[in-house]
Amino acid sequence: MEVGRKMANMLGTDDDLNFKETELCLGLPGGIAVVAAGNETESSSSPKTNGKRGFSETVDLKLNLQSKESTMDLNKNLDDNGSKEKSGSAKDPAKPPAKAQVVGWPPVRSYRKNIMANQKNSSEESGNSGAALVKVSMDGAPYLRKVDLKMYKSYQELSDALAKMFSSFTMGNYGPQGMIDFMNESKLMDLLNSSDYVPSYEDKDGDWMLVGDVPWQMFVDSCKRLRIMKGSEAIGLAPRAMEKCKSRA
Amino acid sequence: MAEQMSDDDERQQSPPSDLDFTSNKARTCIVTGSVSGHTEFQSLYPDQVLENVLENVLHFLTSRRDRNSASLVCKSWYRVEALTRSELFIGNCYAVSPARATARFTRVRALHLKGRPRFADFNLMPPDWGAHFNPWVLAFAKACPWLEKVYLKRMSVTDDDLATLAESFLGFKELVLVCCDGFGTSGLAIFVSKCRQLKVLDLIESEVSDDETDWISCFPEGESHLESLIFDCVECPINFEALERLVARSPSLKKLRLNRYVSIGQLYRLMVQAPQLTHLGTGSFSPSEVAGQGDQEPDYVTAFAACKSLVCLSGFREIIPDYLPAIYPICANLTSLNFSYANITAEQLKPIISNCHKLQVFWVLDSICDEGLQAVAATCKELRELRVFPVDAREDSDGPVSEVGFQAISEGCRKLQSILYFCQRMTNAAVIAMSRNCPDLVVFRLCIMGRHRPDHVTGEPMDDGFGAIVMNCKKLTRLAVSGLLTDKAFDYIGRYGKLVRTLSVAFAGDSDMALKYVLEGCPQLQKLEIRDSPFGDAALCSGLHHYYNMRFLWMSSCRLTHQGCQQIARAMPRLVVEVIRSADEEEVYDRVQTLYMYRSLEGPRNDAPKFVTIL
Repeated sequence: MEVGRKMANMLGTDDDLNFKETELCLGLPGGIAVVAAGNETESSSSPKTNGKRGFSETVDLKLNLQSKESTMDLNKNLDDNGSKEKSGSAKDPAKPPAKAQVVGWPPVRSYRKNIMANQKNSSEESGNSGAALVKVSMDGAPYLRKVDLKMYKSYQELSDALAKMFSSFTMGNYGPQGMIDFMNESKLMDLLNSSDYVPSYEDKDGDWMLVGDVPWQMFVDSCKRLRIMKGSEAIGLAPRAMEKCKSRA
Repeated sequence: MAEQMSDDDERQQSPPSDLDFTSNKARTCIVTGSVSGHTEFQSLYPDQVLENVLENVLHFLTSRRDRNSASLVCKSWYRVEALTRSELFIGNCYAVSPARATARFTRVRALHLKGRPRFADFNLMPPDWGAHFNPWVLAFAKACPWLEKVYLKRMSVTDDDLATLAESFLGFKELVLVCCDGFGTSGLAIFVSKCRQLKVLDLIESEVSDDETDWISCFPEGESHLESLIFDCVECPINFEALERLVARSPSLKKLRLNRYVSIGQLYRLMVQAPQLTHLGTGSFSPSEVAGQGDQEPDYVTAFAACKSLVCLSGFREIIPDYLPAIYPICANLTSLNFSYANITAEQLKPIISNCHKLQVFWVLDSICDEGLQAVAATCKELRELRVFPVDAREDSDGPVSEVGFQAISEGCRKLQSILYFCQRMTNAAVIAMSRNCPDLVVFRLCIMGRHRPDHVTGEPMDDGFGAIVMNCKKLTRLAVSGLLTDKAFDYIGRYGKLVRTLSVAFAGDSDMALKYVLEGCPQLQKLEIRDSPFGDAALCSGLHHYYNMRFLWMSSCRLTHQGCQQIARAMPRLVVEVIRSADEEEVYDRVQTLYMYRSLEGPRNDAPKFVTIL
């Protein structure tokens, strides 16, 4: 997550906006697909409003730069106003110094180049080095969101992010920590009996678990998707959570 | 994929259609003098009969070449031909104005327009250069309301244009957009909702902006006339349920090419609805993210087996190779297979290709390596067209394919007519071999990705290889060269490439002589695109005798100066000479960055952007 913060500083935007920009969702990278009502208003103009050409230009630049694919780089290129470089430079230090890439050579259409680049992106995403993207649904919310779990270092950070994401919908008061205190059994039971929302997740085995019972990194590795459900509905999950807690304690 | 073949693969065209107006007028003036002398003695009646007969006869004339010739016979024939021409092809949208076209051809049913030059595809030209469909759609809306079909290549089409198209032409049936841009899903939505007679909507390699409009739902309810729906280039999610319903109510649907947002599970559902398909683009060919929740996998093999008419297969945009065996049942019937977005290995390809005995068109990625190409050569004896694209399109990447695979293809696929081959290394010997093994070659495009790269084995320039191609392949009309080339290669082209109509040159040649050889030697040359080659003003001047016969000349990053281009512009009034700067270049240096010139009846266009100077 050190990397995450570094990237945020590179972009030079405040944390909220940074989070919004780096969020990956359905749709073209860099394009803004779903905007949750009640979130901070979009200040940066999407490539869409500027016209599609910006996108193909930036992706072409991405290839020229041979940088690790991430939307953060993409956004940075957008800020650069898609200036065309006559000869790109290999900015990725990991690769050996490559010949300067010439514009439009080899003569493969941007359309095709983009597709190959996107394919590479998605295969990297599913690997360990890429982002850990999971869908987040909230009962009663009309649409899903996606978060990259690798952006956060702790449950606390995740809880803050989720709270902001779904702030327009009723969120219970989780106490000073923000998220339910997983270690506190009685508090847990109180909350589950209320109508407040609790986060649950589906793990690798396909089981739905309460968030917070395993160490953070283990959670990131095993979580496939998140669901924020009403506390009362989560009752069925709690015993299992308690069991796992107890077996570890 | 036949639609994607360039028109160079068609028969040669002479005289050129977009400029036959002037030559017509010159000729008919001479001819009608004598004809009208004759007819003065006769009454009007026989003339009328003659014209009626002519009209009925000319209706059957479909080739535009023949029509152009017919229109030159005399004024009467000119007039009748114009009345009976139903398909209008304009190879350069700026060669003739919409007004002129609609004035002459009043009963056109199909319009085929081409816009931007091809090198614009490779970011060699700033966007918004032109080629707007708008003036055309407006002119035709007024003059030819019975227009049914529009085919556009490399043009800018706006949402408004799509709306106009749908609203102005009541019987509109076919829209094909190849390499176009400027519109989005909202334009598509309006278009499909208003075109009640729509049979064909083909979006091929076009840029479609995501306006988040559910255009698939906008097809009118009730039975649809759809025969072809191609949207594999649309990079936004679609409403699958709506698509499923649409396919279910389209009994005539033969061609369906899905985009990558359609999962293999969804593909299955569509195939079950439409086993009559002849052309299928499979979409992602991988399961959606939410799959694997313990759902049983559908029987893909049976679904494919049920499509007994399937001859053309493409898609595989995010392929999971485990699913490839699903297509085994139809391999034997396939005449066209496009794997050019499927990063598969030779091992994954072999079981498929070994069954594709009837394959004529094959597009693939170089991930299959020379070994994969050898497998193709072993089985696909009917192969006519091969395109091998690079997974990693950079100069210095590893080259999985080489002269080995190339030669194997030449030995196995003797009927080859068209090849596009990207590689990192090549030898003259392999190219010479192909020139001998494949005498039917019409299109030869070899792209050695490293600039100025010589024969990999001998270290020699690639002159002899390309020389052999023009010498031995007597039907060759389209040629793209690469690698280290001296003037000698161009000498060969000028001497032997007598049928060459399209020539693409990059990073080649030593001096002006090279360009001179070509301009003086190739009488059929129509499209010449050159980049980063040492050709200057003197070479440019050597083509003055020929430029009116050409559709266009493109030269970028060569050694042209403003004075040189100015000279040409002055010498040839019917030529539009455009000097194009890169968008951020403010100063007008003496050196010309890009020259794009083309013949035109209209003179300088009035929609040129700031970075274009018309001399």
